[in-house]
Amino acid sequence: MKLTNKRRPTAVVVGVAVASLALAACGGGDDGGSSGGKVTLSFLVDNSETSVATAKGLADAYHKKNPDVTIDVEQRPQGGDGDNVVKTRLSTGDMTDIFMYNSGSLFQALNPKQTMVPLEGDYVDTLADAFKQSVTADDKVYGVPFGTFMGGGVLYNIPAYKELGLEVPKTWSQFEENSDKIKAAGKTAVIQTYGDTWTSQLLVLGDYHNVAEQEPDFADDYTAGKAKFADTPAALTGFEHTQEVHDKGWVNEDFQSAKNADGMRMLAQGDGVQYPMLTFAMAEVAANYPDQLNDIGFFGIPGDDESTNGATVWSPGGIYIPATTEGDKLKAAQDFVAYAASPDGCQAQIEATPPQGPMGVTGCDLPADVTQVVKDIQTYTEKDGASTPALEFLSPIKGPALEQILVEVGSGIRDAKSGAALYDEDAKKQAQQLGIEGW
Amino acid sequence: MATVIGKARVEEPAAAPVKAPRRKHAGIQSHYPFWFYLPAGVVYAVLFLVPTFIAFYFSLTRWGLFSQEFIGLDNFRQFFNEPGLLQGLKNSLIYGVITSALKVVLGLLLAVLLTSQIIARGWLRSVIFFPVLVSTIGVGITFTILMNPQQGLINKTLEVFGIHGPGWLTNPSLAIYSVALVDVWKGVGLATVIYIAGIVSIPRDYFEAAEMDGATAFERFRHIILPLARPATVTVIILSLIGGLRSFDLIWAMTGGGPGFSSDVIASVIYKQYQAGFYGLSTAGNVILFFAVTLIVLPIFWALNRKQVDM
Repeated sequence: MKLTNKRRPTAVVVGVAVASLALAACGGGDDGGSSGGKVTLSFLVDNSETSVATAKGLADAYHKKNPDVTIDVEQRPQGGDGDNVVKTRLSTGDMTDIFMYNSGSLFQALNPKQTMVPLEGDYVDTLADAFKQSVTADDKVYGVPFGTFMGGGVLYNIPAYKELGLEVPKTWSQFEENSDKIKAAGKTAVIQTYGDTWTSQLLVLGDYHNVAEQEPDFADDYTAGKAKFADTPAALTGFEHTQEVHDKGWVNEDFQSAKNADGMRMLAQGDGVQYPMLTFAMAEVAANYPDQLNDIGFFGIPGDDESTNGATVWSPGGIYIPATTEGDKLKAAQDFVAYAASPDGCQAQIEATPPQGPMGVTGCDLPADVTQVVKDIQTYTEKDGASTPALEFLSPIKGPALEQILVEVGSGIRDAKSGAALYDEDAKKQAQQLGIEGW
Repeated sequence: MATVIGKARVEEPAAAPVKAPRRKHAGIQSHYPFWFYLPAGVVYAVLFLVPTFIAFYFSLTRWGLFSQEFIGLDNFRQFFNEPGLLQGLKNSLIYGVITSALKVVLGLLLAVLLTSQIIARGWLRSVIFFPVLVSTIGVGITFTILMNPQQGLINKTLEVFGIHGPGWLTNPSLAIYSVALVDVWKGVGLATVIYIAGIVSIPRDYFEAAEMDGATAFERFRHIILPLARPATVTVIILSLIGGLRSFDLIWAMTGGGPGFSSDVIASVIYKQYQAGFYGLSTAGNVILFFAVTLIVLPIFWALNRKQVDM
């Protein structure tokens, strides 16, 4: 009696972790009906406003064309918790019939060769190369674009820039001058929002265009384990910038607890002038501050050399079919995926949510009335050599703790150099887990 | 404890053709036939023992979505090199000790108060117990909002008195303590109830005798309640220490282990590894947590129980 009493609670700790896996495996596949020619497909997307609206828009448009097929949109959390859901459901064979997930390194971590159905058909050739590359594993394409390309750089408040007589910076030192002037004018120069930890990464991830300009082979060397952030000066710069915005007092007072939505509010209302961010966050402005939509512009994170100025871009997420989808459902799912990548499907996505950047399908042009941010991104993507995909689309290795490390660097808890070294260790774990040579 | 109930119940199986009563001599304390234990044993084995041993194996592998590769003790080596680990270990200890100490002290004092003759005693008892019933995540989110350094109610209130409140959850050296305090707020009700049961079960005779001898209220507390409520103290310490050492949900809801890694505990380090897809590594972490908790709790359990016997 005594023995079991003291053992049980500790056993539970270990037990629960493993038991939950075992239990999850017991749950069978979905029982969506496919009787009488009617098919119901389940479609898992993250619960951000943009994703849900895009998914529902696509689902409805497809259902109108194919009344026999109904698509149920299911939601999951964003970020790390969402990764958990997707990985667990895939590994237990419990995934929905189609699902949306990131492209690039996160896509690679799902082991697409085993978990997904490769896509075939003419439409695959119409996908933009930069996107196709980010959903390809072993020469097979697994996804079609969900949403648009995004820019990762600095969103800035145009009226405030005009009022202070500032120009869009082409080098980091110009950015420093601008920030000092904004601070002197009593406004927040650089918004940071570590209440949502993922937002801490932009000054590093968004700096990749500049890294690639200085070290063109960085992505390959990094994947091979030969190049590291801590001892590649170009790559270390992003960490140093993250530290600098804090040390120079450019950030908002509540940077430790503010969330992404707070940051976008400050930016839209002009209390904060520059926000290192992904452009998809503009959906927040479109929803809550529609009058300020065109008050916000975008520029790539400037590097040291004005002549190589450019921006880092993010590929859209993808729509994938898990290997567990079979029979009628597989056919319907393949047809839906082809539709999503067709000009019609692309148009349905544009109608569902205002685009945040160029589309991932060739022949699908943006409407003329796009926002200022999208116009700004296009000036980079349409100019040769002025845009580079983010590192996570060029290398399968992205350490999971980057956001926490950068919160430390950006809060003055840790310095840039040791932050970068710590991240290299973190990336090593990911590389070993993926079984990559050289680590 | 099982003897009375056990004998009453054993009659039924005895009537069956199985010669159950004879088994009595086989085991030392076997009041039931063997098959009577079987269902519980199977459930326990399938849901607890088997996963535990499988976990030991998987902790030695690099375990992906579909494959695993045996890598010996590499996971343990890597886990001990984890930057957040030392901090996590320290935080787990701090958290466990603070929460169980405060629960013992506050729980005992509240129980003494709530067993005395005060107005609205029943109502007060339920008020104290109420937070135990609320969802931990809900409590976490609520307190995150209350503890917001700029807009939170706590710092707004302090401002009225001219005090500039700290960043309860955003100051790296403060965050873990703030969460521990919320844990105490939420959990002290259970400790109080355990103590109330302990105090109420102390025979009235002792108090009457003490009163005859002219003992003061403090002396009654010191010499009667404190020693005779020891079983309750043992329960509260063990429960809250184990709970504290493996605490996760409240910390995750309030800080996510942040800012940075400053409020990471072992469980959140493990969870983050699991989230990243490092299943083998996080299983190794669980094995370590299992041994750490056992190592800490077993000696305390023995020590506390021995004293109980001495009395």
